[in-house]
Amino acid sequence: MTTSTHLVYLIALPLFSAALLLVLGRLADKWGHLLATVVSASTFVIGVTEFFAMHSRSGAARATTQKLFDWISVGTFKVDAALLLDQLSICFVLLITGVGTLIHIYSIAYMSHDRDRRRFFAYLNLFIAAMLLLVLGNSYLNLYVGWEGVGLASYLLIGFWNQKPAYATAAKKAFVANRVGDVGLSLAIMIAFAQFGTVSFAGVAAGAPHASSAALAAIGAMLLLAAAGKSAQFPLQSWLGDAMAGPTPVSALIHAATMVTAGVYLITRSNFIFDASSTARLFVVIVGAVTLLFGAIIGTAKDDIKKALAASTMSQIGYMILATGLGPVGYAFAIMHLLTHGFFKAGMFLGAGSVMHGMNDEVNMRRFGGLNRFLPITAITFGFGYLAIIGVPPFAGFYSKDKIIETAFNAGGAKGYILGICALLGAGLTAFYMTRLIVMTFWGSPRWSRDEQHPHESPALMWVPMAILAVGSVASGFLFSFGGSMVHWLAPVVNPTNAEGGAELMKPIVVSLLALAVVGVGIAYALVKYRTVPVEAPEKVSVFTRIARRDLMQDAFNEAVLMRPGQKLTAGLVWADYSFVDGLVRAVGFTLGATSQGVRKIQNGYARTYALVMLVGVLALVATIWMVTL
Amino acid sequence: MDISNYLYLSIILFTIGAVGVVIRRNAIVVFMCVELMLNAANLAFVTFSRINGNLDGQVASFFTMVVAACAVGVCLAIIVTIYRSRRSASVDDASLLKR
Repeated sequence: MTTSTHLVYLIALPLFSAALLLVLGRLADKWGHLLATVVSASTFVIGVTEFFAMHSRSGAARATTQKLFDWISVGTFKVDAALLLDQLSICFVLLITGVGTLIHIYSIAYMSHDRDRRRFFAYLNLFIAAMLLLVLGNSYLNLYVGWEGVGLASYLLIGFWNQKPAYATAAKKAFVANRVGDVGLSLAIMIAFAQFGTVSFAGVAAGAPHASSAALAAIGAMLLLAAAGKSAQFPLQSWLGDAMAGPTPVSALIHAATMVTAGVYLITRSNFIFDASSTARLFVVIVGAVTLLFGAIIGTAKDDIKKALAASTMSQIGYMILATGLGPVGYAFAIMHLLTHGFFKAGMFLGAGSVMHGMNDEVNMRRFGGLNRFLPITAITFGFGYLAIIGVPPFAGFYSKDKIIETAFNAGGAKGYILGICALLGAGLTAFYMTRLIVMTFWGSPRWSRDEQHPHESPALMWVPMAILAVGSVASGFLFSFGGSMVHWLAPVVNPTNAEGGAELMKPIVVSLLALAVVGVGIAYALVKYRTVPVEAPEKVSVFTRIARRDLMQDAFNEAVLMRPGQKLTAGLVWADYSFVDGLVRAVGFTLGATSQGVRKIQNGYARTYALVMLVGVLALVATIWMVTL
Repeated sequence: MDISNYLYLSIILFTIGAVGVVIRRNAIVVFMCVELMLNAANLAFVTFSRINGNLDGQVASFFTMVVAACAVGVCLAIIVTIYRSRRSASVDDASLLKR
């Protein structure tokens, strides 16, 4: 363990910048975006320096800590506000600050016509600070602060254009769904404290092997609930599609690359809990497998380019959650897929933003078509992201997703077959909807009005970040998997040596070929089906398409099962409160009032009456004393 | 003469004063009745002093006289002021307290 004194700047700098921009208000309008971008870039520089410093150390000395102050000290319960930068955190720090900086640069141009650009950048910096706190906290309680902070930033940014009521509602929906997950996290922290008497990662890790299996399963399930809320996993996934109401750079940074992967971080960080409880792992793989298919199916039916990408994000995070549930061998692949996904999905979202920028903020893909001639750079960078996500070798997604499918098959037995086939099916669906998306957007004949829309390539401030992310989409997978570098790098954190030896069902090469075949079928089907695209979405479609268009009825389900009964319950409680509790209070008040009305008649203002009352009173007193003493 | 006759006189005087306070309307008369009650009390104090053979009661009666003298000064001033502003010394006319 190495101690450091400058980890805190990673959080303090963007937090200070966010506060400054918000406090100064319009005074900072001219230079606010520049300050925010410089601050974000400087956190990236710190992150890179820390990475190389860490790389030059070896073994246990790689992890770095910094104690900030005694936060809570009650009896034997002590929590320090302390930061921990280890092999897992540094991956996230580099992803958050690196992609974050690129998106800051992109936003300078993308938001240049918005009068509230400074506020936007303040929120972005707030997000960077909160997300870094989330991944740097050395205990669940420190993590929780960052966890809530990113929830706040996400809420503020989804509702950034809150003058539109639908957008404000989308922000609220995201916040509420996240609250449900947050309840899970706080319960997990409480159970962990009750079990282990500490909430630090190290303390819980030390205690986990000796805890009862019921407690571990409960903590695991609650952590999974938290992850499901933050990472838009089944059954809390419905907010992610609506979260696309936020500006596109926000969708790229928060709702694709970083914040939504916090659930994967949480589970990977809590690997000691999940390693010790096979029940918890089972919950995790079920949620992951269901979500990866769920998201992929929704993705096939969406005409809104951002919502299709959001469904894809949901599905890809499903892959990561699935990988984390597969035991110690899966964590490294989950993180690897998380990082490659951070590159290609952020790049594609920025590409979608670039298309919207050129098309008067149109998002309906049925009104795109043939845009590759007008936005060549966007089309190329988007194309790299596309090849990466569907898993074509040698692009990034091939290395990471293939490993997950392989690990799923290797889980052994019926479980291995079911999970593996789900993952394969997901890969085919991914290929289908991504091909559909790219065909509808960039190929075919133009379906937009030449009078109203004049598609044009975005300025360099926008396409340079896209190009850098495209390079990442090409190269990162190979870098991370070359010689198992990612697996070795993360080994001290996730202990893959504890792996239970699962029987290898298929050789890796067979899995890869199978996956490629499925992907090929998906692409071919999309190419055939979308040779011509009607401008209006066809009405006469199968019931499955209709259900998929409505997010597989998740909103309808939530409304019927949770929201309506919830409203009824609330109305009942309000009625009970009004008639019983308030009724009692009002009865007391009424009785006192009525009595006073009667008694006040004595107070008639005549001094002689008062004198008489006094006299009678004195006589009564004297009589009483006399009778008592007699 | 039986010394308890002084106490009977004191009771009679006090009763006259108390009834007067309650039934009379003129502020001057009401005030005089109050003074009558004070002096009835003084008489009782002095009588008890005599019965007990010490000076405690007489000391108390001196205090009562001082208080009564002060009350005369203050009360007459109030009554005169009320009379000046309302052209009436009836206590029933000064019934603003109920508002």
